[in-house]
Amino acid sequence: MSTGTSVRPAAKAPGRTVPPKSRKHAPLYWRHTRAAWGFALPFMLLFTAFTAGPVLMSLAMAVTDLRSRDLRNPFAVEFVGIDNFAAVFADPIFRKAAANTAYFVLVGVPLTLGLALAIAVVLNAGVTRLKTFFRVGYYMPVVTSIVAVAVVWRFLLHPDSGLINEALRLVGIEGPNWLGSTTWAMPSMIAMATWRSIGTLVIIFLAGLQSVPTSLHEAAALDGAGAWQRFRFITMPTVRPTLLFGAVITGIGYVQFFEEPFVMTQGGPLNSTLSVAFHTYNQFGFGNYGYAAAMSYVLFLAVVVLTLVQFRFLGERDAPKKHRRRKPAPVARQETGR
Amino acid sequence: MSTRPKRVSPPATEPPLDAPARRNKTKERRIGEARPHPVAYLILGLGLIVVTSPFLWMALSSVKGEGEIRRVPPTWWPEAPTLDNFRELFDRLDFPQFFTNSSVVAIAVTLGNLVFCSMLGYVLAKFDFAGKTLLFRLVLGTLMIPGMVTLVPLFVLVANMGLVNTYLGLILPFLATPFGVFLMRQFFLAMPDELIDAARIDGASEARIFVQVVIPLAKPALATLAILTFLGSWNNFLWPLVVATTEDKYTLPVALALYSTGQNQTDYGLLLAGAVVVVVPVLIVFLILQRYFVQGVAMTGIK
Repeated sequence: MSTGTSVRPAAKAPGRTVPPKSRKHAPLYWRHTRAAWGFALPFMLLFTAFTAGPVLMSLAMAVTDLRSRDLRNPFAVEFVGIDNFAAVFADPIFRKAAANTAYFVLVGVPLTLGLALAIAVVLNAGVTRLKTFFRVGYYMPVVTSIVAVAVVWRFLLHPDSGLINEALRLVGIEGPNWLGSTTWAMPSMIAMATWRSIGTLVIIFLAGLQSVPTSLHEAAALDGAGAWQRFRFITMPTVRPTLLFGAVITGIGYVQFFEEPFVMTQGGPLNSTLSVAFHTYNQFGFGNYGYAAAMSYVLFLAVVVLTLVQFRFLGERDAPKKHRRRKPAPVARQETGR
Repeated sequence: MSTRPKRVSPPATEPPLDAPARRNKTKERRIGEARPHPVAYLILGLGLIVVTSPFLWMALSSVKGEGEIRRVPPTWWPEAPTLDNFRELFDRLDFPQFFTNSSVVAIAVTLGNLVFCSMLGYVLAKFDFAGKTLLFRLVLGTLMIPGMVTLVPLFVLVANMGLVNTYLGLILPFLATPFGVFLMRQFFLAMPDELIDAARIDGASEARIFVQVVIPLAKPALATLAILTFLGSWNNFLWPLVVATTEDKYTLPVALALYSTGQNQTDYGLLLAGAVVVVVPVLIVFLILQRYFVQGVAMTGIK
């Protein structure tokens, strides 16, 4: 979100300082700079040590043949350039994991977004009482621990004594052995992830829907627009930034999916639920640090690409290329305001 | 106005254009406003049953006896409710210890985030200073970096500091998170500058302004951040799994996860009781404080 949206303000910020001496900073600028960095310092120390540092260290690992035993003797480690990355893409298990992850993301993200949007729209348009009740109900799965959820779902999906197959039996279908089937294990994961993610998106979308000005609806209605037309041409364009935000956070989460297979299937059966993140974790476990670090960067790249694609498809429609600045990020507004 | 969620603050950048018009509500509903419809209630009600039934089934099944839990077809309502599963679980595992561990870690992480994120969020929203845009993008950009990227370097770092299997090792990496900065910044953007300027004119130092003027006004946002951070830490799984190596440092999710793999995998009665112990306290807290959750999510969602 950040990198895409704040392209413009970044271009602007230096612009303020560059022009000739005629424009100066606000009077207390440098004093404020000192004070501000003072405030930022504690966070930045922790951030550097525990986030930025490890990110760079991981990149360093990715271009070496570091293995767990080398930690005692770092001089034996050699620089191998992009060999690890080449090995990652040549690895058949990685390819399988990448295909699984793509399946999970391509089915899971649209499904989650669509359901959440549908719920939010119905909640926004057709419900006045009990609104909080519904919102809280749909949000409940979000606050629960994945481990506990996995236990419950493993039981729900049990082929014989599980609730889901029992429900299917009522309508005369003999359900499969969900988690034991190479065909059905992944759909089970997607269903569980959707169940866990909808609540957040419903709240976000609802907030977005409620910011659609009623006056626009009235004006359109006067012009003879029906309910569907108003939804299509007023509601949707207005909530598009919210939709984009929801798509981006869901996408970032889904590309990294790890906990579901870790606690439910251990990647099985026959690697059918092995995700890239899980494969990376396993390789770390085997001590192949360089290789695993390279794979984690591939995952990072996938997150970035997915985010860019989403900006492309859900970002503003009328001006395809140049018009990336979705929101005039408050940063910019602040700066120009002073 | 009643249909809108209560927010800590109006959306930071765009105050609703029609706010005054909405306030003097007449009986007649305006176009584009919610009008109750039975079909809407029906759809949402059915959806809600689907969404919440796993919890119900978890709770009901956790008090079923060993035989009943495996019965085909499964029963919905327990025939002979029993607390045996819970008794056995507490005999086998030291749940009070896990509970303490989870609490210590979550409280420390929450306090750290409240202090550090509000400080940075404040200056990012209210100060104009050299390096601000860079700082903001740096912090926010890390939201896109997968946890896997930092996992091993972080573990090596913590190991070198001698902090494996300690509370500090569990806490330190999460003391300052970008999400908190983002949330606090969103809140502070909506706070009027005049209050800060007035204190400045009165000669208060920046530190004093922050502690005595800004923080008291930020209580709603801090409450939201506290709750979301606490919950995130409470449910955090991967890092505690890697760092906590002996049972006296396990957090609740780690204990349940390690117990649920291996030979106890099909011990559904005990496992469901464990799930109840992990989930129910959180659900209760959530139901009491749900307002703050909704605020927090909505606040970071629309900008």
